[in-house]
Amino acid sequence: MSNQITGAQSLVNALEQAGVDVMFGIPGGAILPAYDPIYDSKIRHILVRHEQGAGHAATGYAQATGRVGVCIATSGPGATNLVTPLADAQMDSVPIVAITGQVPGPAIGTDAFQEADIRGVTMPITKHNYLVTNPLDIPKAIAEAFYIANSGRPGPVLVDIAKDALQKMTDYHYPTSINLRGYKPQTEPSSQSIRDAAALIAQSVKPVFYIGGGVIKANAAKELLKLAELVGAPVVTTLMARGAFPDSHHQHLGMPGMHGTVAAVTALQKADLLITLGARFDDRVTGKLSTFAVNAKIIHADIDPAEIGKNRHADVPIIGDLGPTIRALIPAVEAEFKKNQPDLTIWWRQMGSLREKYPLGYNEPADGSLSPQYVIERIGAITGPDGIYVAGVGQHQMWASQFVKYEKPRTWLNSGGLGTMGYAVPAAMGAKVGAPDTPVWAIDGDGCFQMTNQELVTCALNNIPIKVAIINNESLGMVRQWQSLFYQQRYSNTDLHSKRIPDFAKLAEAMGCVGLRCDSKSDVDKIIKEANAINDAPVVVDFNVHRDAMVWPMVAAGTSNDDIMIAKEMAPDWDSQEL
Amino acid sequence: MAQHTLSVLVENSPGVLARVASLFSRRGYNIDSLAVGPTENPEVSRMTIVLNLEGHALDQVSAQLFKLVNVIGIQEMKSTNSRQRELLMVKVSSSGNRNEIVALAKKFNGQIVEESSDSVVVEAVGTSKDLASLLTEMGKYGVKELVQSGLIAIEIGDTTLAERTLQETGLATSESHSQTEDYQN
Repeated sequence: MSNQITGAQSLVNALEQAGVDVMFGIPGGAILPAYDPIYDSKIRHILVRHEQGAGHAATGYAQATGRVGVCIATSGPGATNLVTPLADAQMDSVPIVAITGQVPGPAIGTDAFQEADIRGVTMPITKHNYLVTNPLDIPKAIAEAFYIANSGRPGPVLVDIAKDALQKMTDYHYPTSINLRGYKPQTEPSSQSIRDAAALIAQSVKPVFYIGGGVIKANAAKELLKLAELVGAPVVTTLMARGAFPDSHHQHLGMPGMHGTVAAVTALQKADLLITLGARFDDRVTGKLSTFAVNAKIIHADIDPAEIGKNRHADVPIIGDLGPTIRALIPAVEAEFKKNQPDLTIWWRQMGSLREKYPLGYNEPADGSLSPQYVIERIGAITGPDGIYVAGVGQHQMWASQFVKYEKPRTWLNSGGLGTMGYAVPAAMGAKVGAPDTPVWAIDGDGCFQMTNQELVTCALNNIPIKVAIINNESLGMVRQWQSLFYQQRYSNTDLHSKRIPDFAKLAEAMGCVGLRCDSKSDVDKIIKEANAINDAPVVVDFNVHRDAMVWPMVAAGTSNDDIMIAKEMAPDWDSQEL
Repeated sequence: MAQHTLSVLVENSPGVLARVASLFSRRGYNIDSLAVGPTENPEVSRMTIVLNLEGHALDQVSAQLFKLVNVIGIQEMKSTNSRQRELLMVKVSSSGNRNEIVALAKKFNGQIVEESSDSVVVEAVGTSKDLASLLTEMGKYGVKELVQSGLIAIEIGDTTLAERTLQETGLATSESHSQTEDYQN
């Protein structure tokens, strides 16, 4: 019995054995036993200021590194504060593991102090979850949690551990192999599906690569580049896939969807074949589904069988990891092309002219005030494609997806599926911890920033020098844009007055960061460079921008992609296009 | 809308029923009946779920169910390839008609399992259709109380669901495979 250790020590041993190097969390009553061995562990524990920050930090870490992010919290309110980041990670398929303390086993179900049924609460927003009441089960639950989180379609897993299980003595056995009979992701695509897909590609004269975030999760960007150049078709990258294919590549038409480029949206609409890789036909991409790409056949490759046919019927479904899938497609397509390689000249003439005629752009505000798009464009241009850009949710997010040029995967982090305002600061913190030598810019809105900026304290105290650009239009900008367009400029509750209160630069200073402010175009480059030069403290720049700037193009919610507008009440000039 | 019967093998672990119920609830699938019970393997439970669904939704339901880590296998049970049964117990007023009720129960392979001064409890096992007919006929005596189980089903032939799901590594429903086959035809 002398080899016995506490459940808490067993947990920490298991986390170490799972390869955890850092976790984000806050202690509390039920998880307290675990914090004692954490004190001695080689795992770096970063004490955050709010559990939501821990969750998004784990996500940012995972998205930047491809490793599993870890957050830890106590029972009850600690655990429920993780709900938003868990739902966020579930929607964007991010591998994170959340550890929560639970009230002692005998107290479960008695409405004990700080008791919440977090397993029940998080069932619909996690890939899987556990409640552990026997200390012997701790290492197995941890090993399985990491395996489930980071295999197949990645996602969040929560492990809830009763306090008495952490306190009791137990034997430690970390499983040498994991066999979950109900969980066996299919990673190798069927050869038949690959042949069928290649045959369709060889028949298509209007193909488009519809690229989703799955390509980044699968680390398949290099393979994609090869396949795309082989096929020669236009490529569009969704909000979750920005960076999966270089923006500078001549085949890239940009982002499709509600705020996509005219060329990307139209390419999908007019295609005869969508080569869909790791995308899920989200409503923000398809617009009104019944009018989406009506003439296109669909190749749909995804590791999650439940995505196939969920929103759009797949003519050729391919179930598997995108790495092996694309590697198998390349020779299959080469073989087909030896028999017949379609001529895409006409298709490219059409798409090329759309791209030329309707590039992304913006007008400078007439009153000479600062344009938010310009600020974001300059942050990207000055920091370069090696930087990591993390956005909140709203107008600034769309502009950051449009005007920063991405060349590599894992350089663009955002909350795409859940649309979580407040994501940027903590996710940037996590990304910077995972990639300490890379400049990390949070491009945030003044609304988003005020939801989670407390984590700047964490950054300042833990030597995590992120940079934050607050695109301050003193309003909930995207909501205001909809009020401008659809609610007769009745700006109900979207004015945040954040040019008056708070003083963001002073707030930043109070939290141990460098606080800067920029009001004019002529100062933008200088201040960005100044921020980039600071590496011993977090920097916050309050960019005082014009409040009426809008995100264009736009496909209004519920309407067809065919009705894309390039500005208010302005459709592209379709008549002059030969489509 | 069409009715489908799914047999689902799940790990016999806490919270599995909640996971399945939560999935059906959040994706808006309508459950007509649900029966859960033990199997020949103590580690595995079997759910029989009767659903009302439109068109392609069965593929989607199966795929979503199969994503649950505790779900081991799924098979659609069709009336042509399975035996399907429900259990019904009904308390009927019996003043003066007791012999008629006994005869009616027998006609449906049922039996009287409880007799009181003014009522009897009839128990019957059968298909939903048989039991519906029995109930209609019992109606004239006055149904005081009705309790009915969810449907359970077992496949015809020598293979078992457990064997089938052990062999398969990918999607365990024949329906989901049919979609993959569609484009090949």
